[in-house]
This record gives sequence, C-alpha cells and structure tokens, in this order.
Amino acid sequence: MTTSVRVFDVTRIREDFPILARTVRDGKPLVYLDSGATSQRPNQVLDAEREFLTTCNAAVHRGAHQLAEEATDAYENARAAIAAFVGADSDELVFTKNATESLNLVTHVLGDDRFERHLGPGDEIVITELEHHANLVPWQELARSTGATLRWYGVTDDGRIDLDSLELTDAVKVVAFTHQSNVTGAVAPVEELVRRARAVGALVVLDACQSVPHMAVDFHALGVDYAAFSGHKMLGPSGVGVLYGRRELLNAMPPFITGGSMIETVTMERTTYAPPPQRFEAGVPMTSQVVGLGAAVRYLEEIGMDAVAAHEHTLVEAALAALGAIDGVRIIGPTTAEDRGGAVSFVVDGIHAHDLGQILDDEGVAIRVGHHCAWPLHRHFGVAATARASFALYNTVDEIDALAAAVRRAQEFFGEVPA
Amino acid sequence: MRMEQMYQEVILDHYKHPHGRGLREPFGAEVHHVNPTCGDEVTLRVQLADDGTVVDVSYDGQGCSISQASTSVLTDQVVGMPVEQALQTVAAFNEMVSSRGTVEGDEDVLGDGIAFVGVSKYPARVKCALLGWMAFKDAVVQIVDDRVVDERDSAVPTEDGEPARIGGQAS
Repeated sequence: MTTSVRVFDVTRIREDFPILARTVRDGKPLVYLDSGATSQRPNQVLDAEREFLTTCNAAVHRGAHQLAEEATDAYENARAAIAAFVGADSDELVFTKNATESLNLVTHVLGDDRFERHLGPGDEIVITELEHHANLVPWQELARSTGATLRWYGVTDDGRIDLDSLELTDAVKVVAFTHQSNVTGAVAPVEELVRRARAVGALVVLDACQSVPHMAVDFHALGVDYAAFSGHKMLGPSGVGVLYGRRELLNAMPPFITGGSMIETVTMERTTYAPPPQRFEAGVPMTSQVVGLGAAVRYLEEIGMDAVAAHEHTLVEAALAALGAIDGVRIIGPTTAEDRGGAVSFVVDGIHAHDLGQILDDEGVAIRVGHHCAWPLHRHFGVAATARASFALYNTVDEIDALAAAVRRAQEFFGEVPA
Repeated sequence: MRMEQMYQEVILDHYKHPHGRGLREPFGAEVHHVNPTCGDEVTLRVQLADDGTVVDVSYDGQGCSISQASTSVLTDQVVGMPVEQALQTVAAFNEMVSSRGTVEGDEDVLGDGIAFVGVSKYPARVKCALLGWMAFKDAVVQIVDDRVVDERDSAVPTEDGEPARIGGQAS
C-alpha cells in the first residue's frame, strides 16, 4: 500500500483552468489578477454542470419522474457538501441569486414585524466603514424603512476595522461586517466582534464573500448568526449565492420572496410556509449552478483550504514586497501579510487608477480599478479610485513580477518615474 | 504602440496643462456629473449670452487623464460658439468616441478632440471621454429650459443677479 502526499502544485492546478492559457491584447499571456471580482472556473466545475444537464436535468422538488428525483438528489447533495465546507448543517443553507440577495434577504426579514427580532425606531444597526456596498446599502434601506439608526466602526490608517471607534450599547440589534475586506484585504477580528455583539444581545451578520474562497471557514465555530457568500468568487458558477442562517433563526423567520416551492398549504385566503431552507427558495431554483458550486467545493477540498491559504499568503507577501519596492506606490491596506487576504489595493503617484489599469491591460495584466463598490472607504482614504490586484489559488509569483513590471512601465509611459 | 495611439501627446498635454479649469462666475447653470463605476466627477458651469453664444465653460473635478483632458478640449471647442453649433460639436464628439473606431472625426469640427479616436476602441473608457461633454449638454439644456419657463412666467419678473443653481444628475 502506498500513501500519496498531496503537494500544492500550481502548474498542475492551472491546467484545470483553460482560460488561464489564453492570450489577450495581441498575444500577451493573460495575467488574471481580478479574482476578487470573479474567479475563473476549473474543468471539474464545467464538467459537473454539463454532466448534470446532459443526464438528469429537471426542476427540483417537484415531479415524480426519475429525472426529477435525480436532479433533486444532485441539488441537495451539493447543498450538503457546501454546508460541510463552511461548517454548517444542510438545513441552514439557503441558495440565492448571489451574496447581495442573501444580505437583502436578512435585511428585509429584519424589517418584517412577524419576526421577533425585527427592528424599529430607537434600535441601532452597526456596520463598518470597510463594507462593500452590498453590506451597506441594504442596511441603509432597513434603517430608512424601520426608523432604526445606522452606525459604523471607522477604519484604521492601515485599513482595518477600528475597534476603538465605537462602543456598542443595548440599542444595537445587529452588527454586520466583512470577514475580509475586498479593498484592503484586512481580515476582521470575528471573535472579538462576535463577543461584543453578544454582550449587547445583537445578531451578527458576516459578509464572507472574500473569505470562503480563500481560507478554511467554519460558521459554527465563528458563532455568527448569518453569513453570505457567492459561488462565482469561489471557482463556481455565477447566478448562485448562499445565505447561512442559524437554524433557530431561520425557523423563526417569515419568507422574503414568496411563490411556488416555499409553501406548505395554500388556500385562496392564506398560505402557510414550508420549513427552511425551502421557505426561502421560492420558484424553480438555479440547479446546474448549485451542482457546479458543489463541484467547486469538492475541488477546493481536494487541494485543501489550508494549502490554498498558505499559497495565497505567499502571493500576498510577494505582492506587498514587489509593489512596496516601487517608488511612488502606496498600498491602501495593511503592508504586512498578517491577518490579511489576497486583495492588494494601491495608488501610484501621478497616475490615475484608470490610466494605470489601461497600461496594465495592454501588458496582459487584468486588475480592477475604481472604488470596488466601497466608495465610502475610498472617501475615507481621500482617493477617488484605487488599483486592485486580487489573487486566487491559480496565481503564481511570476505573475506578481509581471504586475510590478507593468506598474513600472506605466510610470515610464506617463513620465512619472520618481527621481 | 496601441497605448501611444490611445494616449496621444495632445491628450497628455491637456491632462497636465488643462485649459479653462476652475469654477467662474457668472454662470447660467451648474451641474455635477459622476461616473459611478469609477468615481470620476466633474462640476461644470455654463454661461450663455442672451443671443445664445457660449460665453464661458468653467469646471472642476477629478478623474483619469481621459476625462480631464477631454473636458479641457471641450472648453477650447465650444466657448465662443452659438449654442446650436456647440451641441452639434458635442454630438460629433459623442459619435466618434462611441463608434468603436469606425468614425475618425473631423478636425475642423472637433479640434484636438480627434485625438480621442483611440479611446473609442476601449468601451470601458468611452464614459470617461464623455463625462465633461455630457455635463455641458446637460447644463445647456437646463439653461434653455429655464429660459422657456421664464418666458412663460414673464408676468412674475425674476430677481436679477443670482442665477439659479441647478442640481446635476449622475450619468
């Protein structure tokens, strides 16, 4: 009997992602550093979707034929795999269109007076200045519709949540924050924030979009009440997001979107609702996408999330060193790799982020430029736009070198090479 | 080479040494336009003479080289023109930068504006090039609309002096 030792082999991993082999802009090899916006998908995910669609596609949770049975099994097996991947139970996982919808589900139900935890005038909602608009605008809307007050933690100079900037009181009913900033890469002190929220009896909502794809995450161990993440940022299909909700809470919650599939009994006068998670999955759900996300989770598990995190940590260290060595480059976020994920945002003196992105694109280096759906955070740092390189398990240190070389080319092009 | 075509010297010159920059009085309307995808913004004022001549275009803002340079070119082109002709110039510029490289642009109409033909090949940058130009068009429309209202309300004479400040809208 032989034992195989799993080695993190980025060259072999890249072979699973056909798109990474293409060229852009007249023959430049693609250097894809925009996985924070959306990740690329391996053959295993594409094959799983195709396999499902070519063998057992049917509407799930309805119909008595064999295809419907197999499709429902595939859908629910994927739910179980994804739940296990994030430290949750199957019935605590709701499929949505994307993480934005997951967060809106929570904020809408918290404004529904059928829910005992609903908010009202005098109550407070606490978020942070680091949030993506998806974890900011829905809370503004909830505050507007309920008369609750929105408050927030500020950020430190190195782009972390400033824990000294706010004291929670008993008026706080919910605390929502990002697990890992999509701009600064800072990883939030979840344990401390959960402790503070618990001390005042507040619910905790975690935006896990940028953490689940990049590190081992266990929602039960973290002790959060709700968490949201997206399929397309974790090697899975677009069109599927996930909401985790603690079982007791989901059981006590009224529905958000209503219609078919989410009911128990319906008369012309009234309806009773199915138990969770079906209560929150009205209509025929996205099915091949869920199956594809299940395959993405299996793919990540086979490599191992600790190995993924270690590899990305190496990339972040390399990026901070390479960009830090260029005069005129300023990192927006922590400049060391501790408690920090693979979103590295920066500005270059004298070159607007859009112009920088254009030159990098011409070199085949794909990054994000702009405010990355975190406008208040950019305002806080006094910049209108930043450039952001973000990494996934398939990126290499050579690609970091390509990024740094392209930034230097942009400085030469715009005549902004510091003396 | 592609980047040299896109960022022609004349564009970088306007970016580094913008023409007509700064907010001035008097003005008939002030608008604020932003590009919500990147946060570029411009505050722009337009003053029209009674005969409809564009007397002044003044602006302030921040953004990429393309948005800042194109606004600088705008002021070169439209100040001193009858407003109808200015709007035709805006339309010609819009047509060129939205053409995906199929419309070259007429230097007699667009002046330095023809340098932005390279931008038209990059759809993500077209909004940058149009930011100031669309703001100008919006401001002109607001002045003209106000004049129509003023004529309708001529029984109630408007106070002289302070012009109406009109809130802009996002592009």
